[in-house]
Amino acid sequence: MSDSAGLGDVAAADMGVTPGLGAGGGAGAARPGRETFRLFVRNKAAVVGVLMLAGVVFMTVAGPRLYDQDPKDIVARPLIGPGELTEARLGTDYLGRDVLAGVINGGGTSLTVAAMAAAMVLVIGIGIGAVAGYYGGWADSALMRFTEFFQVLPALLFAMVVVALFEPSMWTIAFAIGVVAWPGIARITRAEFLRLRNLEFVRAARAVGATDWRIIRKVVFPNALPPLIVSATLIMGTAILFEAGLAFLGLGDPNTTSWGLMIGLNRGNFLTAWWSVTFPGLAIFFTVLSFSLIGDGLQDAYNPKLRGR
Amino acid sequence: MLRSIAARIAQALGLILAVMCLNFLLIHLTPGDPATVIVGESGAGDPELLEEIRAQYGLDRPFVVQLGTYIGRVATGDLGESYFFNQSVTSLISARLWPTVLLVGTALSFAVAAGTMVGVATARRPESPLSHGATVLALVGFSMPVFWTGIMLVILFASTWKLLPVQGWHDVSYGEGMLANVLDVGEHLVLPALTLGLIYLAQYSRLSRASMLEVLESDYVRTARAKGLGERRVVYKHALRNAVIPVVTVIGLQFGALLSGALLVETVFNWPGLGRLAFDSILRRDTSVLLGVLMVSSVMVIVANLLTDLLYTIIDPRIRLRERSNV
Repeated sequence: MSDSAGLGDVAAADMGVTPGLGAGGGAGAARPGRETFRLFVRNKAAVVGVLMLAGVVFMTVAGPRLYDQDPKDIVARPLIGPGELTEARLGTDYLGRDVLAGVINGGGTSLTVAAMAAAMVLVIGIGIGAVAGYYGGWADSALMRFTEFFQVLPALLFAMVVVALFEPSMWTIAFAIGVVAWPGIARITRAEFLRLRNLEFVRAARAVGATDWRIIRKVVFPNALPPLIVSATLIMGTAILFEAGLAFLGLGDPNTTSWGLMIGLNRGNFLTAWWSVTFPGLAIFFTVLSFSLIGDGLQDAYNPKLRGR
Repeated sequence: MLRSIAARIAQALGLILAVMCLNFLLIHLTPGDPATVIVGESGAGDPELLEEIRAQYGLDRPFVVQLGTYIGRVATGDLGESYFFNQSVTSLISARLWPTVLLVGTALSFAVAAGTMVGVATARRPESPLSHGATVLALVGFSMPVFWTGIMLVILFASTWKLLPVQGWHDVSYGEGMLANVLDVGEHLVLPALTLGLIYLAQYSRLSRASMLEVLESDYVRTARAKGLGERRVVYKHALRNAVIPVVTVIGLQFGALLSGALLVETVFNWPGLGRLAFDSILRRDTSVLLGVLMVSSVMVIVANLLTDLLYTIIDPRIRLRERSNV
């Protein structure tokens, strides 16, 4: 569906870029992306977040190759403290499995499920928010009622029910998280589309005959991106917490190792073996914290005026 | 005013109806015989029972009739039977409702009160160490998995320092009388409520700080200062009222998340509430109880949202007046 050809293309493409991202301000605003990047890199907390995330990703991807120990193997006597054994530096759990191997191998599941869930959240949230915000009217009211309904469902409980009724696989879990976590994104997208849809450059694109679908994609959406990028980063954190919560309750994929599952399984022994729950928990904490720091940094970089609020 | 409240209540009833439909759909989308889903694994071995359920819920009738039957039953407070306990789901849930309400209520009150106080204090001195500390705390609080925070607090307060009980909500032997009872539950409540409250304390302090900073810059606050009011009066009497509005909004929006957090906290602390019931029902494959908990918790969220909306009109008379002038 390549629409009314040349003019529309040029107009839409041009218009999409000129209003900028509201980031630059001042003299150097010609390249808002670069300005945002400069502000982001200057933010120490955000850089720490990026480094932390890089560390987690490195541990998850390269760790299992560098530290070749199956987290399901029993390597020593159960409940031995950290630092006492060379074959299990962070100690052993209630079955005698290596806690360090668990921490290294647990991230893969958490990050994969979270990424799948976040992708689903973005697709549903942006889709519904964009249609509601762009068209307004009855479509907006109907879609917002729908969104409201998902907002009143206690998310974790609903996810528990879904996973309990269907088979607990990585797909079901990602689906369960995705279904409950999208309303926030839908609301943000809708608000941005409502704000943008009657601005001059959007009207101009409409005047030169661009189709709705094209305007949504090429004109409005790029300008609605900044808050969405921030929320997408934070959604990753939320999804990881969610996955950990489900796994902690024993509703994770039984065939994988995950941080939440490790804490859940060692729950009965945490008073005698603090290490078996502390280290997996720290791994979750640092991963979520890295996403929060990055999200905050992006927020500040896109909206320099709000910094520190 | 009255009309808008009525409309808001109608909307809440619509949402409750939608939750019933969702529950119904879940029963039918689950692979396998709906009758088996309703009675759970513990009841599925009994063919007579399955027949009885099919008749009760009209499972051999058209889909729409089934939906109507189901909604009719739920609307009259009949959430089915737990075949594990041989007891009605409604009575099981009502026994567990109070501990959850107590936990959530305590955590929420603590988070709102302490969070607003921290937010106001830090907004008055945005560059102070306390203020930066609160920002860091907000990030940390948000990033910790709530069940893990609970475990860490138990290790610290109950195991290392032996100050508070580890779990449950009563000691095996607690004293006679009302007061001893309340004290005992209160002592057991501290750690779970603190665990749950900390996340929201972090978020509310951040939120109220941001909105307080904004309100303190507004014209009416400058006017209040210009006419010579003391700073305390300006902040607590004039500014605070507007600054808490976003906090109230977020409480309403986040109530579902708060309840979700409570489920995890209850599991950690063996707190005998709805979360613990839901968790045990999953282990027992007692589906009717699980769906009942989903139903009741959703209704709790809907009611909480309704209450926050009504609370607005008390905090911000402009909302009330605007609606009155519309009528």
